[in-house]
Amino acid sequence: LALGGTVMAGGPADDKLVIDGEIEIITRTAAPDGHPLGELISGWHYRTEETRALEADSFQNPGMLYVERGAEIWNTVEGDAGKSCASCHEDASETMKGVGASYPKWNEAAGKPFNIELQINECREANMGAKPYKFDAADQKALTTYIKHQSLGMPVGIDLSTGAMQEWWDKGKEVYYTRTGQLNLACATCHEGYNGMFIRADHLSQGNVNGFPTYRLKQADMVSLHNRFRGCIRDTRAEFPPAFSDSLMALEVYVTWRSSGLSVETPAVRQ
Amino acid sequence: MTKGFVISMAIASAALAGSAVAETIAPDAVEIVDMEVAASLTGQPGDPIAGRKTFADRGKGNCLACHLNEDLKEQLFHGEVGPPVDGAADRWTASQLRAIVVNSKDVFGGQTIMPGFYTLNVGINVAEEYQGKTILTAQEVEDVVAYLMTLSQ
Ligand code: HEC
Ligand code: HEC
Ligand code: HEC
Repeated sequence: LALGGTVMAGGPADDKLVIDGEIEIITRTAAPDGHPLGELISGWHYRTEETRALEADSFQNPGMLYVERGAEIWNTVEGDAGKSCASCHEDASETMKGVGASYPKWNEAAGKPFNIELQINECREANMGAKPYKFDAADQKALTTYIKHQSLGMPVGIDLSTGAMQEWWDKGKEVYYTRTGQLNLACATCHEGYNGMFIRADHLSQGNVNGFPTYRLKQADMVSLHNRFRGCIRDTRAEFPPAFSDSLMALEVYVTWRSSGLSVETPAVRQ
Repeated sequence: MTKGFVISMAIASAALAGSAVAETIAPDAVEIVDMEVAASLTGQPGDPIAGRKTFADRGKGNCLACHLNEDLKEQLFHGEVGPPVDGAADRWTASQLRAIVVNSKDVFGGQTIMPGFYTLNVGINVAEEYQGKTILTAQEVEDVVAYLMTLSQ
């Protein structure tokens, strides 16, 4: 349909993501058993050519500034114990490689899954004698981005066999398919039923999590995963649960499983 | 007693109550019968010019989020989640369109992505500012229906 000025471009772009000409990113892959979609496609494919190019060049990717900031925090002593992250974990490029790709992970002591943000807060409190970060504090986003970036290119894969991970997955699945708000929409209504289509100016993706935290051009800032979840829920005109609440942690477990096999892209660039 | 009869009774008793103008039918009193809502929700005709605005308005119908509409070419972004509404008046009657806008779930089935614009049968955890409220008012529904009735090819 030709319509003056209207943007119409259904489906994911046919393109390949290689960062700085060397790091090959898996942006399309076969879905794991039991997944409702046949092929998993990174949100990168649903963005414009310009946005895709920004992510392919780490000098141009604005999210890389947060990676740099994260590296600074990693090496900065804070708290009563007089320690930095590096005091215990040394070189993040070795000790944190693969960690971001495998979270959320069961935490036996807490009796629930931990994401990177919760693990950082745990280390700050228990190991550094420092205060936990408030949700979405600039340093929380930078440090999370830094840690996830150490897994750049590695496939997302979480372990559902430990602790009660499977129960949290089940609960997350229920959240994913529950319709909320005055607009009466579930995550699945948009991201499973209509990915590849435009909903007004927004090109709907599968809602995968492999790029988080992502740099959003619209906000000119890093956006955390729980911030994104809350934004999508708010858009259904529903109350949104607190960050790191049981329902959003369950959702993170489930949606991370839905993104299995796609490469970590952090920091991804999105509109 | 048929559902249609219930509606006409509701309107009749509104008239009996002495008001010259029929009262607006509350969202939970609207009956969709055979995928139709025959009577105006307000007893008043809709205004197609106001309806055209409501159709595009992001805070109201935001119908353009999902429907392409040649008549609103001047608007930059048209969604493609639903079918184009061009020629809607050739495919549907006003009573059918009213039912679609009031609660599309009663016409297309519970799985449709299209929200119900004049129903309280919605999702869980509705944000406080929207609790007990419909997306469109009864008159806005009438306006949108009147507008859709102008879309013939
Ligand atoms: C005093 C030592 C100490 C300090 C300081 C410390 N950690 Fe830890 N950290 C640990 C220990 C011990 C574990 C393993 C915990 C476990 O196995 O349950 C851990 C685990 C982690 C993990 C999970 C690794 C995995 O393989 O699952 C991450 C991520 C992490 N720390 C990040 C940080 C960050 C970021 C900082 C600084 C803000 C920090 N840590 C500071 C001791 C420390
Ligand atoms: C009204 C439609 C709608 C609903 C319902 C919805 N989303 Fe989204 N979501 C969007 C849009 C639009 C975007 C931005 C474009 C894109 O990446 O799909 C988005 C983006 C996302 C992203 C970022 C993807 C990326 O690659 O950066 C994630 C993750 C996501 N949504 C998860 C969810 C989850 C989980 C739910 C349910 C709690 C949900 N969404 C409900 C419309 C929706
Ligand atoms: C979030 C998406 C969405 C929104 C918003 C939306 N619709 Fe729909 N609409 C659909 C879909 C999808 C269908 C097709 C039925 C189905 O597949 O469930 C549809 C069907 C229709 C039809 C019948 C299509 C035909 O054959 O002509 C009409 C008329 C219609 N919608 C009008 C509206 C009006 C008027 C509004 C705003 C007040 C609106 N829609 C808002 C998604 C939407």
